[in-house]
Amino acid sequence: MARVVVDVMLKPEILDPQGQAVQRALPRLGFTGIADVRQGKRFELDVEGPVDDAALARIREAAETFLANTVIEDFTVRVEEAAK
Amino acid sequence: MTTRVGVVTFPGSLDDRDAQRAVRLAGAEPVALWHRDKDLHQVDAVVLPGGFSYGDYLRCGAISRFSPVMETVIEQAKLGMPVLGICNGFQVLCESHLLPGALTRNDSLHFICRDQKLRIENADTAWTRDYSAGQEIVVPLKNGEGRFVADAHVLDELEAEGRVVARYVDVNPNGSYRDIAGITNAAGNVVGLMPHPEHAVEPLTGPTTEGLGFFTSVLKQLVNA
Repeated sequence: MARVVVDVMLKPEILDPQGQAVQRALPRLGFTGIADVRQGKRFELDVEGPVDDAALARIREAAETFLANTVIEDFTVRVEEAAK
Repeated sequence: MTTRVGVVTFPGSLDDRDAQRAVRLAGAEPVALWHRDKDLHQVDAVVLPGGFSYGDYLRCGAISRFSPVMETVIEQAKLGMPVLGICNGFQVLCESHLLPGALTRNDSLHFICRDQKLRIENADTAWTRDYSAGQEIVVPLKNGEGRFVADAHVLDELEAEGRVVARYVDVNPNGSYRDIAGITNAAGNVVGLMPHPEHAVEPLTGPTTEGLGFFTSVLKQLVNA
């Protein structure tokens, strides 16, 4: 079964307090040199049938209307290589 | 004829009973509406209550927005029916695109629960006619994702058109842009508010009774219509 991955991230101009909290915690744990952290969501969709242009178009529609709120979030859609 | 005000219950709604009680104290008949039922049972107005509908999964309000009852609420709101979304209800209205902007995680990351002073900025909506512009009220506020955000263009438009309904006074509890606690659509029938007027309708349980005005306002609007 083919897998399509939808990544959803807050738009750059939207404050991400969760990412900031992670970024502030990192040096305390000894992980230095990380200037910024943004936290997002990853959706893995296992698709029945072929992942053709029509299927990808439907997934983009789902991402646009449901998985992401495009007022505050951007998304990307990509097909993941089939696991061997 | 008694005015009928519907209160929607989603799985995870918490404040539906308090909203029904506020409707009754204001003099209207509360009507329980169920998320899976498209039928609004001839109500004259709808309240979307606070809580954590569908566990706030995906995003607050994102799944509720596609529930059967919301199909009809969105359709009727566009035709002018008064709709008030409180807290989670405000999030549902933004996700439904009945109101612009979005509600995001509080800048402090803390869940905030406090009695909050507000200034009513627009006393000309279906839900705020019983207030006067500039009036300050105190009602409970309780949210984890109450930070109102929108791009600068949308914020300027809201301000220019007088569509900011209420603003936080003294303390901005969640980092909302321009201290915005509530907004309305262009027609003034749809209002979203992050604090909870339905918890400030009786002296026994509320910090004040200053929240009742939202519910008496809509009654007056409907009786005069």
